[in-house]
Amino acid sequence: MTAAIQTSLTPAAPGVVRSRSHLANVLHRLVRNPLAMVSASLILLLILMAVFAPWIMPHDPFATSMLKRLKPIGTPGLPLGGDELGRDLLSRLILGARLSLFMGIAPVILAFVLGGTLGIVAGYAGGWLNTVIMRCIDVLYAFPSVLLAIALSGALGAGITNALVSLTIVFVPQIARIAESVTTAVRRSDYVDAARASGASALLIVRKHVLGNVIGPIFVYATSLISVSMILASGLSFLGLGVKPPEPEWGLMLNTLRTAIYSQPWVAALPGLLIFVTSVSFNMLADGLRSAMEVKQ
Amino acid sequence: MLGYLLRRLLYALPIMLGVAFLCFMLVHIAPGDPLVSILPADASAELQRRMMSVYGFDRPLPEQFLRWVWRALHGDLGTSIATSRPVTGEVLKAVGNTLMIAVLASLIGFSLGSLFGFVAGYFRNSWADRLASLVSVIGVSLPNYWLGMVLVIVFSAQLMWLPATGAGPGGSSDWRWDWAHVQYLILPAVTMSFIPMGIVARTVRALVADTLAQEFVIGLRARGLSEGGVLRHVVKNCAPTALAVVGLQLGYLLGGSILIETVFAWPGTGFLLNQAIFQRDLPLLQGSILILALFFVLLNLLVDVLQTVLDPRIERG
Repeated sequence: MTAAIQTSLTPAAPGVVRSRSHLANVLHRLVRNPLAMVSASLILLLILMAVFAPWIMPHDPFATSMLKRLKPIGTPGLPLGGDELGRDLLSRLILGARLSLFMGIAPVILAFVLGGTLGIVAGYAGGWLNTVIMRCIDVLYAFPSVLLAIALSGALGAGITNALVSLTIVFVPQIARIAESVTTAVRRSDYVDAARASGASALLIVRKHVLGNVIGPIFVYATSLISVSMILASGLSFLGLGVKPPEPEWGLMLNTLRTAIYSQPWVAALPGLLIFVTSVSFNMLADGLRSAMEVKQ
Repeated sequence: MLGYLLRRLLYALPIMLGVAFLCFMLVHIAPGDPLVSILPADASAELQRRMMSVYGFDRPLPEQFLRWVWRALHGDLGTSIATSRPVTGEVLKAVGNTLMIAVLASLIGFSLGSLFGFVAGYFRNSWADRLASLVSVIGVSLPNYWLGMVLVIVFSAQLMWLPATGAGPGGSSDWRWDWAHVQYLILPAVTMSFIPMGIVARTVRALVADTLAQEFVIGLRARGLSEGGVLRHVVKNCAPTALAVVGLQLGYLLGGSILIETVFAWPGTGFLLNQAIFQRDLPLLQGSILILALFFVLLNLLVDVLQTVLDPRIERG
């Protein structure tokens, strides 16, 4: 009972990026969380690897060689072995970070912007516009996310753009729902009433009061979505619905190496290990961020 | 209660119609002619026109949609282009196969997840809590197609304890509940159980910690109830939500089985979807997605209703 009263007294969203001091507090708490810091460093390392890939790759990731096919880890000249076409696996994993990270992160950024805008518009406008937007969102939300991603990219066909579009559509409803509920709560609050009474325009209210309250929660949520997005994006490529060969991408590499699980099992499993490390890092960073911002799930 | 049930059903109807519309549109957002996989490449314009009218593709979209929904309501989702068999039968057979691994995976995920979550929530901030939380983060971060591959490498390729792929020595048609068949279930179901395990663990941890912090628990302890008695109350408070979470997870597993079924060549809905996509069998794709999505909507509804029955404090709007 007391808990219920307390929650109703606190403002709608406790995780608010309101001022620099709040942001500094969040960062301060985040830096002191060892698990989050390890994850952040791993992510930074992966991003650096992707950016500087052409300079760190020891070999040409596209050069095939019948003599180097399916060589084990530690073969001289092939530190992580050779793939099914005799290409240097280490070089392909390094260059693969580019597409894999891009395919995992880009849909979340797109959905953050699109879903956030839709949710804020629906929440602030209310009325019929809210009904129209949110009922469409509900329909998309009624699909399990993997199924929706497969359905859309299966119908659109393989390719990077189609996979990006499908994944963005999968994540838009989840972000829009959060943005809408926070915006609705803010719109009904007394201080927004006061601002409106003193003549503030809708745009000003959204910019000053709504955005500050909405961005915190959806940012935390979006960070945790990157982990899901990495797994799904690589999953699409694994099925043959995403990146097309011979481009290196971890999910696609995992698929083409699948035939080698009896001859070179550990070489075949390597690309998946990178997907896992990336996904776990983003998940732990999101957890750290959530507790640093004290946003309840 | 009856009013609530009716309201909930009424709310689900437009969602189901929307889901049907999206499935219907899948064929129309697909690039190229919807008949491209049936017609020979050198088909005459006359033949193409005739086929368009046979399949009804020459009518206006709203009319096509209504006809499609009408037929779907009568259980007719069209004919698979690849096998020439009715889509409904193909999908329902596959749903049965997927349910076998999905139900088993939910059971494993629920038992292990509740155990980890309970220990973590009860001994909060102990090493056991940290370990259980780590396990749950790993559970939800593992790409399950990779986990499946690794399990095949360890248990099939290296140790040779379990079969790697398929649904039994004689295929899926003569399934029996004996070891010769059940051993094919183990790896796919274990692979599938990791995500529900992680999510259940996370939920139960928060639930147990929240419940233990409530005043009635202090009251129970003050009245001298044994720790076992207190725990029984905690379990009773957490059970409805935990069951709801695992119920929804079953829907996610059923809809998201495509990756695991591709790894294990398990003849379920995911495998069917994979075939439909790569043979451009659009009626099959449309039909299986419709059935899976509707199943998910109905499961959501059922979980919501059951939760209200189990826990009358919750009156959902």
